[in-house]
Amino acid sequence: MEVVKNAVRMENITKRFGTKVVANNAVNLELHEGEILSLLGENGSGKTTLMNMLSGIYHPDEGQIYIHDKPVVIASPKDAFDNGIGMIHQHFKLVDVFTATENIVLGLPGKLDLKKSAQKIREICEKYGFDIDPDQKIYNMSVSQKQTVEIVKVLYRGADILILDEPTAVLTPQETDKLFQIMRNMQKDGKSLIIITHKLHEVLEVSDRVAILRKGEYVGDVATKDADQQSLTDMMVGRRVSLNINRPNPVDPKPRLVIEHLTAYDELGVKRLDDVSFTANSGEVLGIAGVAGSGQRELLEAVAGLYPVKEGKILFYDPDYDGTDKLPKNLVGMDPMAIRKAGVAMSFVPEDRLGMGLVGTMGMTGNMLLRSWRKTKGLFVSRKEPEAMAKRIWEELEVVTPSTNFPVRRMSGGNVQKVLVGREIAQEPAVLMTAYAVRGLDINTSYTIYNLLTEQKLKGRAVIYVGEDLDVLLELCDRIVVLCGGQVSGVVDARTTDKREVGRLMTLHKGGAENE
Amino acid sequence: MNKKEPLLYISKRESITWQKSWMIRGIAILLALVFCGIITMLLTGLNPIEVFSTIFYGAFGTMRKSWVTAQKLAILLGISLAITPAFKMRFWNIGAEGQVLIGCLACAACMITLGGKVPSALLVLISLAASLAAGALWGFLPAIFKAHWETNETLFTLMMNYIAMQLAAYFIIVWEVPKGSGNIGIINQNSQAGWLPVLGGQQYLLTILLIAVLTGFMYVYLTYSKHGYEISVVGESHRTASYAGIKVGRVIVRTMVLSGAICGLVGFLLVSGNDHTLTTTLVDGRGFTAVMVSWLAKFNPIGMIFTSLLLVVLERGATEISSVFSLNHSFADILTGIILFFIIGSDFFTNYQVHFRKAKKEVE
Repeated sequence: MEVVKNAVRMENITKRFGTKVVANNAVNLELHEGEILSLLGENGSGKTTLMNMLSGIYHPDEGQIYIHDKPVVIASPKDAFDNGIGMIHQHFKLVDVFTATENIVLGLPGKLDLKKSAQKIREICEKYGFDIDPDQKIYNMSVSQKQTVEIVKVLYRGADILILDEPTAVLTPQETDKLFQIMRNMQKDGKSLIIITHKLHEVLEVSDRVAILRKGEYVGDVATKDADQQSLTDMMVGRRVSLNINRPNPVDPKPRLVIEHLTAYDELGVKRLDDVSFTANSGEVLGIAGVAGSGQRELLEAVAGLYPVKEGKILFYDPDYDGTDKLPKNLVGMDPMAIRKAGVAMSFVPEDRLGMGLVGTMGMTGNMLLRSWRKTKGLFVSRKEPEAMAKRIWEELEVVTPSTNFPVRRMSGGNVQKVLVGREIAQEPAVLMTAYAVRGLDINTSYTIYNLLTEQKLKGRAVIYVGEDLDVLLELCDRIVVLCGGQVSGVVDARTTDKREVGRLMTLHKGGAENE
Repeated sequence: MNKKEPLLYISKRESITWQKSWMIRGIAILLALVFCGIITMLLTGLNPIEVFSTIFYGAFGTMRKSWVTAQKLAILLGISLAITPAFKMRFWNIGAEGQVLIGCLACAACMITLGGKVPSALLVLISLAASLAAGALWGFLPAIFKAHWETNETLFTLMMNYIAMQLAAYFIIVWEVPKGSGNIGIINQNSQAGWLPVLGGQQYLLTILLIAVLTGFMYVYLTYSKHGYEISVVGESHRTASYAGIKVGRVIVRTMVLSGAICGLVGFLLVSGNDHTLTTTLVDGRGFTAVMVSWLAKFNPIGMIFTSLLLVVLERGATEISSVFSLNHSFADILTGIILFFIIGSDFFTNYQVHFRKAKKEVE
């Protein structure tokens, strides 16, 4: 066996938060020189905590870290840099009004020579295949470009060990491919990389080896070539998990929500929705696919009464509509309260969970109240029913929280989403809209959510699922509406279409011309 | 190359019992007093125990002193209660100074122009209504601009203070007695028309009782009412509020009208119940001190009783030691500063835990 050198070795690392929470328990981790290691684990399994100890944000309670086989103490991010460790965080830490160059050299000692720095940045970009302009301001950049700046920042500082915390969560499939190419280029240059991701196909595609954490403990590692999605999931969850999404046939589908020629502009006068028309049926899951920013958010918010509509109709057919005397209700121009008062039972799981769907500082009960506070009579709110609902969701969806009053902001992402989805389903909606319902969630929680949505479909509800993972869209949905640049570029049957067809529609602008 | 392990490190607390958090605050106040004592000895050479007891004497030394302290406490607490709903909504209303003063002005205006023309009891009610309306208007203006045009409420409320002050200055000249003195003097001194009735022989008792009721009302309003819930949600995120069907603009305006009206009420109590005159310095910066009271108590009306008590006692004691020991009034400000520094600093220890690293690995 050839001798492998370790870039990083973490030995018996333990980290506790308070007295109750053990984030990492005697974890041993090795990163070989020149390899790409995937760190895999469910939400809350301690991946980010472990990496934060490498990058100097946390300090381990016990254990020893070795860098290139030398024992080190990493007490601050500066120590991490001195040891050649650079971390690219999930949430970018950039100054918006500065240029790429200014952000990259920010905080470095020595004389400030922006021209020379920009030159060096260009060299780095050329070497690894990055595509950024050093003089561009951050606020003008796309998410992918901002991430690139973060990567260049750590390379500029001479890091040879790079940690990427869920870098693909915010990227489109195309951008992800580009990132993986860059990661391979860095690997060829002798850098060692750790990538945290929930997406198993990405793990299999990019890494050499996979290390798995479960509930703060190190489960083991496996060479990527010997692993597949099923084996990795089983290791991660600790038991056999079915990776098939059950898709029963639609139940008595009838038009529930009919969108006709919907057109909407944002506050800057840019057209966000352009003549969008489609029908969501009861008893069916309707997928909405599209490159990020193709109008998905605007569409759902318009239906929910949160986005101004310029033209078009949003027609809601009551579940007990007999098709004779009553006309469908047009929801255009109504705000959420008016929609509710009109007797339209609509639930909405927005993309921005803590910024829109939930109140971060309140507990589960306070957040249940968000839906029901107006229902009781009188001047005071009643907490009894919301409390009962919170307890029910807590049990049924296995939410991990110390109490129903624990601020949801401090729960892990998967639990936050369970609270939100649980509440929206508990409203017994006629229409259930979800935006990126499984973004950032581990595989186990994701399947819980898929099953919940399918259950809703079987109850005869119209489910709208905005998603980014094409594999899931094709497996979960009955029909898929594809958006491109605010227009509907196609509506396909999810059972008969394939990824290539949907991918083609995602970049097909109306008028024939295909976007390159 | 190899560095030493850091001696101590800091981690965020998951939760803290209320006993523990009050213990930490208690320790902070004790430490602050010790520190104040040392500073006092070093700077003045006086016995710190003597200085402290003089502060206490200044606040509670005689019956009369205690009543004045209680009245000052009531006024400061009243203003703090007024701004709290706005602050909970993250509407940074720093215009309480002006909102109270405009209430004072409205009250004085009624007393001067209607004194003797209507029965005194009716005049009190008219003054009260006018004060509430004036304060409400001063709260309404920044709110409506914020709700419709996203103006910055901090600047807006701040500038409204100066408008109130200039208006008061103008009307003081209009109504000055005698002409040229620049003062109004005691309004309706002989007839006592429009003066708040004296309860049980104690001039301040009614004011104190009213504020006590207000404290209870505000606690219930913020904690249990639908309005209180709406305020919390709007304070957290406007988008979440709209999503939940809350009309954000309406909540902002409604809350600020309430906030301003309570300020107006305090203005009324100041003029009709206490000073019976109008000066531009009647509010005396308490509109700003109230911000501190409210924050220190984490917007809890019950907690604000204690934080306003602390500040009022220090202020009253300061006046006392400046005359007894012929120390400058600023010396009391130094002491106040030290105590506040420790109290605010103690917040760090209620939110974070400091661990000491053991010398050798004999842990566990």
